[in-house]
Amino acid sequence: MTTFLQQLVNGLSLGSIYALIALGYTMVYGVLRLINFAHGDVYMVGAYAGYYLSRKLKGDEPSLLAALVVMLGAMAACAALGIVIERFAYRPVRRAARLTLLITAIGVSLFLENAAQLVFGPDPKFFPSLAPRADILLGGVRITSEQLAVIGVSFLLMLALRFFILKTRTGKAMRAVSFNLDTAKLMGISTDRIIAVTFALGSSLAAAAGVLIGMQIPKIDPLMGILYGLKAFVAAVLGGIGNIPGAVIGGLLIGASEVMVVGYLSSTYRDAIAFAILILVLLLRPQGILGRVQKEKV
Amino acid sequence: MRVRLIVAALTAVAVAVLSAGACGKRGAGDEISIGEYGSLTGGIATFGISTKNASEMAFDEVNQAGGVLGKKIKLFVEDDQSRPEEAGTVVTKLINQNRVVAMLGHVASSHSLAAAPICQASRIPMISPSSTNPRVTQVGDYIFRVCFIDPFQGAVMAKFAADTLKLKKVAQLVDVRSDYSVGLQTFFRQHFKRLGGEVVAEQSYSQGDSDFRAQLTQIKAVNPEAIYVPGYYTEVGTITRQARELGITVPLLGGDGWDSPKLWEIGGDALNGCYFSNHYSTDDPSPLVQKFVNDYKAKYNQVPDALAALAYDAARIMADAMTRAGSTNGEKLRDAIAATKDFQGVTGSISINEDRNAVKPAVVLKVENGKYLLVETISPEAVKL
Repeated sequence: MTTFLQQLVNGLSLGSIYALIALGYTMVYGVLRLINFAHGDVYMVGAYAGYYLSRKLKGDEPSLLAALVVMLGAMAACAALGIVIERFAYRPVRRAARLTLLITAIGVSLFLENAAQLVFGPDPKFFPSLAPRADILLGGVRITSEQLAVIGVSFLLMLALRFFILKTRTGKAMRAVSFNLDTAKLMGISTDRIIAVTFALGSSLAAAAGVLIGMQIPKIDPLMGILYGLKAFVAAVLGGIGNIPGAVIGGLLIGASEVMVVGYLSSTYRDAIAFAILILVLLLRPQGILGRVQKEKV
Repeated sequence: MRVRLIVAALTAVAVAVLSAGACGKRGAGDEISIGEYGSLTGGIATFGISTKNASEMAFDEVNQAGGVLGKKIKLFVEDDQSRPEEAGTVVTKLINQNRVVAMLGHVASSHSLAAAPICQASRIPMISPSSTNPRVTQVGDYIFRVCFIDPFQGAVMAKFAADTLKLKKVAQLVDVRSDYSVGLQTFFRQHFKRLGGEVVAEQSYSQGDSDFRAQLTQIKAVNPEAIYVPGYYTEVGTITRQARELGITVPLLGGDGWDSPKLWEIGGDALNGCYFSNHYSTDDPSPLVQKFVNDYKAKYNQVPDALAALAYDAARIMADAMTRAGSTNGEKLRDAIAATKDFQGVTGSISINEDRNAVKPAVVLKVENGKYLLVETISPEAVKL
């Protein structure tokens, strides 16, 4: 039983990472009906930003303050990156066919991956440890301080996002734009600004995920965004793409099932389970767990 | 009509130029071209870099002493980015474009297995400095190695675990994407069982994975006295660190895939008290070893790992075989390499046996504060049951 609970904790912490990245996918889809394939690579850039920041700040004692500064710094850097990508890659083709947008997204993704290999070097790098160790032992289950940080920070960020979307004017504007972009424009909402804010938010969450992963599993490399991005995309679809609580649930479910499959079946199926879930979702309930079926009236 | 004439003329010229170039006789000229393929980037990059450094140092020494057969040796090194699929591609390039007469490589058995058939088909003798999976030299009679093989290495660690550490229950965590890891795990398990031990859990991962908590949690549940992790240093360092975070305190055991200056950087304190089998130890007081260690340190500012030592020996055996053969012709060179006897290498006295492998003792090293301490030397006779 303790093993199962331990695996559950492992799954929760992995799932929180997927949830953070999935939120970015889901928000951008909600607002633009665009699957931003470059999002996984923004997560990778966030991890590297955190890496270089933490190298600069490396004191002798790991400290909570240093960890916080690194995370906020990486989030700011990726928010800027998200805005730049939107402005120069997506806005010029916003009125074009959906396929054009999709291909542009793939192009940005490839560009980021290869640029990262050139700039950072293709070899994996290892995050220095930042926060002091403080594990909790609950019965036989051990929760490391990194896992606590991942679950805690993710939870806080998701709550903050929910507050932002539901209780602020910009959040309301975002919801309006996701409902109907042209009508929102007619209502006087600056859609360009709102879309930029959406990208900035999603990208900063991805950066937070990147830093958290760097702290938990010290290895980062330029291609890490591919697999994590794809699985987070699956998580967003599972929860209902465009739906924010859905992204969180989807992320946690994907994380938990991945850990369970590796622990109880075989590690070779680790990646297969996420894509098997994707196929099942699309076959059986394409709108996802929390999604609503959208009827198109012609 | 005019366009067609021009195109035809250009094609004829191109064909003439290309065939003139391809007609160059392999091995002609005043340099001997030797190829080396290794992983200079990626998860096993330190292996390729050590091998390249040491073979370059060896050939520099040979060239300074006058070269081989009156000619200087020129080494062409290619990177396969830690991907076995690439190994075949770069070896083909070395053979066809650089026209090398002999090949050095690879450290990782999966890569050697990918490239050996190409060398065998082209009749280019290949010496692997450190591939330990037995299947590598079974590819053909042009493929050799200067290190021991995994049936021996697995038995070494099994004997160390059973007789020296007095362990009865060991768990295994294997890299299923690596022929080396899978082979070593099998041989360890067989020998450990014969010595009265029990393998209580077997979990797996893939090279490139970075999260091993699920597997380690399952392993922890059965309370092993040690965990055998016969993988490569990038994953091993992360595995050890995550194991300690999960509260696993027993030592981890491994093979020569651990040997890298990056291992400590990745695993840190978690590695204290862990053991792995290897080809040589820098603690060896023999003057040959110490001279090599000092020369390498002076040239590359790094303590040479076993991969460097083996590459140094492999390169020197290649040069020595060329001298003995009196030519760089593929068949004669192959015969000369096969006849290598009692070559005094940094990693011991090397004789190539009829399976084209070297029979040598192994050392067991303990990781302590960033250093590898020599604990025991185990000879092939000691593991015979």
